[in-house]
Amino acid sequence: MTRGSRKIWLYYGLGMAWFLALLWPLLGIREDGLAFAQTFEVWLKVAMGVAACLGLWQANQNGYLDFAAKPLGRAKSAASRAAGRVPVGIWLALLGAFALSYPLWNGRYGQDVAISVLVYICLGLGLNIVVGLCGLLDLGYIAFYGVGAYTYALLSVNFGISFWLCLPVAALLAAAAGCIIGYPTLRMRGDYLAIVTLGFGEIVRIILNNWMDLTNGPNGILGIKAPAVWVPSFAAGLSFETFYLKSLDTLYYVILGITVLTIVAVHRLNFSRVGRAWEAIREDETAAELMGVNTFLLKLLAYAMGAVFGGLAGAFFAARMRFVSPESFTFIESAMVLAMVVLGGMGSIPGVVLGALALVALPEVFREFELYRMLAFGGAMTLMMLFRPKGLWPAKRFGQRSEESE
Amino acid sequence: MAAPILELAGVHSAYGRIEALKGISLSVKQGEIVTIIGANGAGKSTTLMTICGIVPATAGEVRYDGAIISGLNPDLLPPRGLCQVPEGRRIFPRLTVEENLNMGAFFRKDQDQIARDMEYAFTLFPVLRERRRQHGGTLSGGEQQMLAIARALMSKPRLLLLDEPSLGLAPLIVKRIFEIVHKINQQDGVTILLVEQNANLALQLATRGYVMETGKIVLEDSSANLLKNPEIRKAYLGE
Repeated sequence: MTRGSRKIWLYYGLGMAWFLALLWPLLGIREDGLAFAQTFEVWLKVAMGVAACLGLWQANQNGYLDFAAKPLGRAKSAASRAAGRVPVGIWLALLGAFALSYPLWNGRYGQDVAISVLVYICLGLGLNIVVGLCGLLDLGYIAFYGVGAYTYALLSVNFGISFWLCLPVAALLAAAAGCIIGYPTLRMRGDYLAIVTLGFGEIVRIILNNWMDLTNGPNGILGIKAPAVWVPSFAAGLSFETFYLKSLDTLYYVILGITVLTIVAVHRLNFSRVGRAWEAIREDETAAELMGVNTFLLKLLAYAMGAVFGGLAGAFFAARMRFVSPESFTFIESAMVLAMVVLGGMGSIPGVVLGALALVALPEVFREFELYRMLAFGGAMTLMMLFRPKGLWPAKRFGQRSEESE
Repeated sequence: MAAPILELAGVHSAYGRIEALKGISLSVKQGEIVTIIGANGAGKSTTLMTICGIVPATAGEVRYDGAIISGLNPDLLPPRGLCQVPEGRRIFPRLTVEENLNMGAFFRKDQDQIARDMEYAFTLFPVLRERRRQHGGTLSGGEQQMLAIARALMSKPRLLLLDEPSLGLAPLIVKRIFEIVHKINQQDGVTILLVEQNANLALQLATRGYVMETGKIVLEDSSANLLKNPEIRKAYLGE
């Protein structure tokens, strides 16, 4: 054993001892006294798993695994070269085929998770405009989701207006809310802005909670209509029947449509003049202003555009649940959406998609661990940030990123 | 020498309650290179920021091209041909060199002319052509200064405000940058207002100079006279 490897195992021992000290109070203290067996069982599994990973890593470092690692590495680089040769269109077509056929070979549970993922993709992409492109930290983003959801809920329950009409209305009202929050806060930067947006998110939630006459307070609003389509029927001549999209697979296609719209819109924005101006503001606001960028207007626009996609996702959320209550719009939701953007890679559309997938799907995967689900989830997040601090799929515009040129 | 393109008359400005400029009056004529020299904290950079409207003027007026521009939004100035290369370069570090240059032409819509101007910027600074796909933040200090100047040139300025282009750069690079500034003035007829701590170099380049101390202009003369002035030599030229 070399000195280096001894050091690694020493740290391993220390880490595992620390982990045990943390784990025992979580698992060992029960209503009926103290227990040790279960703690040790879990601890042993984790310790053995980590030891196996460390051992493999060391073996690889020392070259014991070359017989397997080298051909694997060659195969990997060949595969990535081959993947690079396939045109983007084919990848998009494959992805589209996968997304379209998904409900056919997945049950209710799979469809349910997929709908959540798609809703969060919309939210993440909306927030990505504000945080990733324009560089304004927004901790109250979920408020726009709430505005969208309550807009459809109220219009549907009180006036029976159709989902499709409410969709643009929800987007518009969310954009108005974005301007309302944006206008007074635009002179603030960084931390101060984060605190103000945090406050705004809470204000919206508390208004929803306390305005009994309008929102029915914490009881929420029931009886929201599902999206409807007119289906031609030929029973007696040609007539149209209203068909409510209540089943999960039809709802899946609705949110898939909204998501595709969002992705296309955000992509177009990202590579437009406006997108470049947003990035310039993120990089250096004063310099952007000196170059003739109207920073005030563009920041307001970033807020409004971000809010639009939050509002669309919110309206869909209300239509899908057919129930809204303020509980769905707490700070933790804002934090989750922000985590998706950061984890996936700020300013990168595929990154945000991956981030949403990871943050919604991972807790589902860890469902088997039951109690330790959030623990495993937190661990996975920490590891990802340690090893991929720029996100799963970092933003890459035309040209080289600084890391690559070195 | 034509009419003044830029005129400041009794301009005051302040950061909060601390007054930084206490009645600045100066004028720059079309085609000139004028320099403002002075010690740290004399208000040189604040003067440029006040001209551009980033720091609002509390009193007095700034006239550019015959019109009062104090009180205007800063983003309205580049389209009128007034652009600044701010202190410390302030390029966009995570945009590529090309994107940085494109930002300089942000308000312009004539794509063909923009492409030609970028080509011209690359002939002025060939190193930027090599690095066109690299991120601004990965350039060296001198290259970043060149990028900052090239970015400002992309707005086709008639009056260019240059803030400490020599800051933190090796003497050789500073010399090259000053040569290019001279070229921009001579060939393209860009009027230049240059703020510098390196008084010697600045006065050699400029035709006239202003000396600033604690928010006021204390002296105004031709560069040749300033270079000969014993007090200036003592205070700013290290004798």
